[in-house]
Amino acid sequence: MTFLSLNMSVLAVIVPLMAAPICVLLRHSGLAWAWATAIAGITFVLSIGLLQHIMANGTLVYEMGGWDGPWGIVYHIDEVSALVVMIVAAIAAVVMPYAKLSIEREIPKERHYLVYCMFLLCMAGLIGMAVTGDAFNLFVFLEVSSLSSYVLISLGNDRRALTASLRYLIIGTLGATFYVIGLGMIYMMTGSLNMTDLATSLPEVQDTQTIHVAFAFVIIGFGLKLALFPLHIWLPNAYTYAPSAVTAFLAATATKVAVYAMLRLIYTVFGDVNPFETYGLRGVMIALALLGMFAGSLLAIFQTNVKRLLAYSSIAQVGYMVLGISIGNAIALEGGIIHMFNHALMKGGLFMAMGCVFYMVGSTDLKDMAGMGKRMPLTAAAFVIGGFALVGTPLTVGFISKFYLVQGALAEGWWPIAFMIMFASLLAVIYVWRVVEVMYFQKPADGDLSYNEAPIAMLIPTYVLIGAAVYFGTDATLTSEISLNAAQTLLGGSK
Amino acid sequence: MIDYAFPGLLNYWIVFLLMMIGLYIVIAHENLIKKIVGLNVFQVSVFVFYISMAKIKGGTAPILADSIEVYSNPLPHVLILTAIVVGVATTALGLALVVRIQESYDTIEDDEIRDIEERSD
Amino acid sequence: MTAETLVLLALGVPFLGGLSVLFSGPGSANVRDGLTVITSIILFCIVWQLIQIVDAGGRPTVTLLQMIPGLSLTLSLEPLGMIFAGVASFLWIVTSFYAFGYMRGHHEANQTRFFFCFAIAIMSALGIAFSGNMLTLFVFYEVLTISTFPLVTHSGTDEARRAGRVYLGILLGTSVTFLLTAMIWTYVEAGTLDFQKGGILEGNAPAGVIAILFGLYIYGIGKAALMPFHRWLPAAMVAPTPVSALLHAVAVVKAGVFSVVKVSVFIFGLDTLRDTGASTWLAYVAAITILLSSIIAMRQDNLKARLAYSTISQLSYVVLGAMLASNIGAMGSTMHIVMHAFGKITLFFCAGAIIVFAHKTEISDMHGLGRKMPVTFFCFFVASLSIIGLPPLGGVWSKWYIALAAAETDQIIFIAVLMISSLLNIAYLMPLVLYGYFGKEKPADTHSHGDDHSHHHAPPNHSMLKHLTFGRPGIAEAPIMCLAPIVLTTIGCFALFFYADRIRLFLTPVFGG
Repeated sequence: MTFLSLNMSVLAVIVPLMAAPICVLLRHSGLAWAWATAIAGITFVLSIGLLQHIMANGTLVYEMGGWDGPWGIVYHIDEVSALVVMIVAAIAAVVMPYAKLSIEREIPKERHYLVYCMFLLCMAGLIGMAVTGDAFNLFVFLEVSSLSSYVLISLGNDRRALTASLRYLIIGTLGATFYVIGLGMIYMMTGSLNMTDLATSLPEVQDTQTIHVAFAFVIIGFGLKLALFPLHIWLPNAYTYAPSAVTAFLAATATKVAVYAMLRLIYTVFGDVNPFETYGLRGVMIALALLGMFAGSLLAIFQTNVKRLLAYSSIAQVGYMVLGISIGNAIALEGGIIHMFNHALMKGGLFMAMGCVFYMVGSTDLKDMAGMGKRMPLTAAAFVIGGFALVGTPLTVGFISKFYLVQGALAEGWWPIAFMIMFASLLAVIYVWRVVEVMYFQKPADGDLSYNEAPIAMLIPTYVLIGAAVYFGTDATLTSEISLNAAQTLLGGSK
Repeated sequence: MIDYAFPGLLNYWIVFLLMMIGLYIVIAHENLIKKIVGLNVFQVSVFVFYISMAKIKGGTAPILADSIEVYSNPLPHVLILTAIVVGVATTALGLALVVRIQESYDTIEDDEIRDIEERSD
Repeated sequence: MTAETLVLLALGVPFLGGLSVLFSGPGSANVRDGLTVITSIILFCIVWQLIQIVDAGGRPTVTLLQMIPGLSLTLSLEPLGMIFAGVASFLWIVTSFYAFGYMRGHHEANQTRFFFCFAIAIMSALGIAFSGNMLTLFVFYEVLTISTFPLVTHSGTDEARRAGRVYLGILLGTSVTFLLTAMIWTYVEAGTLDFQKGGILEGNAPAGVIAILFGLYIYGIGKAALMPFHRWLPAAMVAPTPVSALLHAVAVVKAGVFSVVKVSVFIFGLDTLRDTGASTWLAYVAAITILLSSIIAMRQDNLKARLAYSTISQLSYVVLGAMLASNIGAMGSTMHIVMHAFGKITLFFCAGAIIVFAHKTEISDMHGLGRKMPVTFFCFFVASLSIIGLPPLGGVWSKWYIALAAAETDQIIFIAVLMISSLLNIAYLMPLVLYGYFGKEKPADTHSHGDDHSHHHAPPNHSMLKHLTFGRPGIAEAPIMCLAPIVLTTIGCFALFFYADRIRLFLTPVFGG
């Protein structure tokens, strides 16, 4: 047990990373799926253990190969990292059981094992990004997760998945390279890549032009990855044309991890520099976050494909997270962090509901949603509940997030921002309602209202996430405690 | 001074020249292969950047020997080895995607692909 | 059985009743209707018990769940809420009877869904009445909005769907942007959302913030239909008449004004409001709403639309009473919730009877109808008098108290508003009665009946759904199932005149002698 608890952080990365090639060796679709599911489950258990360990004992620093920092690569896990690891692993553990049928329907059988292999790689990359304490290592894991997600997206059965994937590849690579450029400059000035080490040495050089430029590169690099408005253009197509299970997984995790990386950079690496004040970053970030919230929601209103609608909604929701990060007090930060978790639940659940529809109907166009309230009542109900969460109705997770975010804004006396948060949720009402109205009030073109629900194996995982979105909305004691701790740890770094 | 500043920063001038050329190709060219080539140029500029900053005047490879006092920093080399691997993977994947796009769209010109996609909407 | 269990039962019974209706299946209309009636009667018994307990000084409190420390769903009873709960649950029984006659007479589809949503709406109205903090109130407020949406769009036509959008848009919009913000802001300032006598904001927030917050609350409670956020109420009139009657004359709109009173008294405290003057400008808004919507009501030819605008006007009486920031005014507001409920539900019942059994929706088509439906028109007349505020009907007391409050706070202008409004009430309610009894009947015009005409001719096959003729030619009164509730609520209007003091006594713990 001591071995486990000591090495949990590494195991959470290593297990899926090592397991991925075995999928290729297994070849058989069902076997590969079973293997990947088992691995996802194991990783989830590990991540829970890790989170418990961190909550009980505080920050964990793991030195790879016994080389201590700043020379060796260290894993540095605090509450935020552990929470993000848990999000990724949990979503993976829920999506994998769901993926079997969905992927069988959408992807040719001979490619199945590759999907599962890439899935595990992506998961390893994302978890790696969350646990690493080394800035260059972050880039490596970023690329591991990115490359595998390009592949996953390109496997969608629409040919537009290919172009979406390629465009994402180009933009994603630019973003990652921007990050490397910035990091290079930081390295020139400090001679270190270790995040905690950087945190102490950066303030000495914070006013040099090199660091200014470096900071800009780093932030833009991750701004691209987390689809911060206006760097979001890759996202809608990628989420729309990727296979349903992939979209559910990526939408719930990939942007969150990128937000986490941004958080890490601003609050840990540049924590003592306090870039919000020093570089005037706060105004820019808040403006972009608000723009993202409104632009994303407004664009979502006019979409005719529900998956794309949800993708635009993701851009808006990322805005909420960035807003929480940039307001800068503990409550808002808590809101931003808790929203990473909450949004993963609801968006994962919503995309899975759409996956169910796609499984049965072969389309996620709005016009094909007609009559879903009768034809697929359970799926439609899941969508409605998820939609409520997206809007931020009380008793769902969305409310908890907004509760903290608005409190954070008001605590600074920024009531216009509080209003804008609310107003943006109103836009969410509109785009969710458009879908709900079609589902429940429109008759399908062929008039067929017969009961035709998705298989139970897909519904259960969907309802696990949707149920969690309700559960953690009615009892947020646990999640708010974790994110409050996380926020305090992050802010502690800047004082 | 000029004698020092110009050759000393020459590498960085080249880095930024390459970087801008690469970025320009990615943005301006419609041909997907060229875009990927541009991406490569862009990445290579970063490799050069890292290698340049590791070089110390008069320094040699970091191998312990009696007569050598000054070593270049080996760490950026290692980092860039990793980055090169990543770059190769990205290029390979990008080219594979281009092949698939050619198969399903019969073109690799981005503007033509956009036309086709808009028509099919 | 402890009081706490009763509180839970009061919410559980309509919920379970609704579920049992849902699972009783579409084929067994009698079972379904029986279930609804039994549920409503049991519910009223429970609420009556609770009223006794609260009257005796009991204040049962139940915490349903704890979201995060300091933020919970809590039910906590007090006299103000019990008044609202009592009215809503009593009128539900009456409406249940009425609804069968109406829905069957009208051959409505999806009746199971109708009764289910109805039960959920009642449950949320009770939740609002019982709520022990602002969050609980907010949650049930939203549940009420959402559960009534299917009722508004019941007919499923394009018009209904458009109306549904307006309904949901305004009610959700105001509550999410204003009410929710106000709530969280209150939490930031006061550190709690519990309803406490005397308010929670006093001394916790500067006067400017209190003024802004109060405006946010009052406009956030869109269900109070204060102008300019009143459009949803006329829109909601596309719903079947029982919905308009119970929900849009009693449960939903009263939930709105009840919340206004509750927020004024228990979040801000009337003293704080008076000291900061935060409510003065809203008193003027309420006065303008009273007058404007009365004038608009006069110009409506559709009976239900006219009643809807009348409701908007009457709701602002309640708001006005609270905005005067005196105990007497708030007392008048609370009483008006009761008085107007009985008066307006009678009017809507009458309107429904006319629509279903005489197939008339426009007032100009109703000339001479009073001779055909004498009982209905008489009840309409009596209820109108109560709305206008004439003795010996209940409506007089609430206006009296509100006017008294205006005098007490030296705002004589509002007394003038009340008087003008009474005149306007006469002007828009009495013509129907006059033309009904004395107007000349128009020649039968087949076009005026529209689509309704096509399906009403299938004769009701149930003995309780036959037209009452009282053995006289020329009389075609609504069937007993519809008429009995109308007569009952009319009697209620009379009775309230005599029991008003009992209500005042009941409210004494909140507003003082």
